Amino acid sequence: MKDSQGPLWEVFIQKKSGQPFVHAGNIHAFDKEMALQNARDTYTRRMEGVAIWVVMSSNIVSSSPEEQGSFFDPANDKIFRHPTFYQVPDAIKHM
Amino acid sequence: MKTLDFEQLFESKLANGEMIEPKDWMPENYRKHNIRQISQHAHSEIVGMLPEGNWITRAPSLRRKLVLLAKVQDEGGHGLYLYTAAESMGISRDELLDALHTGKAKYSSIFNYPTLTWADVPAIGWLVDGAAIMNQVMLQRTSYGPYSRAMIRICKEESFHQRQGYEGMCALAFGTPDQKKMAQDALNRFWFPTLMMFGPPDKESPNSENALKWRIKRETNDELRQKFVNQTVPQIDYLGLDYPTNSGIKWNEAKQEYDFNEPDWVEFKNVISGNGPCNKERIEARVKAHNNGAWVRAAAAAYAEKQKQKSVAA
Repeated sequence: MKDSQGPLWEVFIQKKSGQPFVHAGNIHAFDKEMALQNARDTYTRRMEGVAIWVVMSSNIVSSSPEEQGSFFDPANDKIFRHPTFYQVPDAIKHM
Repeated sequence: MKTLDFEQLFESKLANGEMIEPKDWMPENYRKHNIRQISQHAHSEIVGMLPEGNWITRAPSLRRKLVLLAKVQDEGGHGLYLYTAAESMGISRDELLDALHTGKAKYSSIFNYPTLTWADVPAIGWLVDGAAIMNQVMLQRTSYGPYSRAMIRICKEESFHQRQGYEGMCALAFGTPDQKKMAQDALNRFWFPTLMMFGPPDKESPNSENALKWRIKRETNDELRQKFVNQTVPQIDYLGLDYPTNSGIKWNEAKQEYDFNEPDWVEFKNVISGNGPCNKERIEARVKAHNNGAWVRAAAAAYAEKQKQKSVAA
């Protein structure tokens, strides 16, 4: 959507080194540098993170909620992908 | 899927306590109600910067000044979280701001009252932010995902706002007689406007029914107002201040809560519809700030465009 505030960006924040980047929210900015600065000022005023990713919202591709059922269907009946599917003798430890 | 199926899916999500996300199908009225409520909330944060901002340059100490600056900056941040939550429902920031600037959109009536003395700053932190928190804690579990996530973030930050306010009230209430008088005066002036923040009584609240049905709100205006009074009266007692004139605050042993007088709902309607003490001044300040920033936005857009051309050429 055209907006005098610049395009919309998605903000992802890494809380601590080694942890995944988690979606925090959105900001408006005209370019990458401003996007990073605005994300910092908006979402990390209390040291909420050690690193930030920003990506223009128009570049996000998302699965559609209506197709949730069929989209994730292939994983629905494969309980053998989980460790608890398998019987291990009681005498066996560390497995 | 047919509309009927979509509607069933929407209703079943609400019934199961699931969140509605931006790409989910939703009834048009649900969208409208949320856009109205979230944007009013965003506007309130932004306009709320003005009465307190009034005292930044005159804060009584460097410590209080730093705290007030941080608080006002937080309010700006809260406005931004909320604007983008509203935008996720398909309305642009320009449209939202335009509605505020032209008086089409409302914001909390409380910010149309003036801040006459320094004591108003701690009183706002204590009472106004206290009332806001009551509402916002409930809204953390609102049914629209982006709104809920914004509220969770806001609640984490808001607690500092209320605590710094009460600390400031203590400093005045336990200070010189003149300081105590200032604290009392601020409490007297902000008591009823704060009670109005929860909105009209349930029997006259036009938007409440849908808000509860759709789990946008989970408690009624009157329930929240009572909760706020129960929580706040002991805090007045601790400060050693008198109950505000005509507040009618009295412990009700049978109900195990405080009785209190309703605010003047005619005044509330007047302030909401633009005739409060500071409505005109607040909107003028917003419009002026927005217009004064126009050249910055234009320059930033031109710069971004130029950089894009350069990278294409390279």
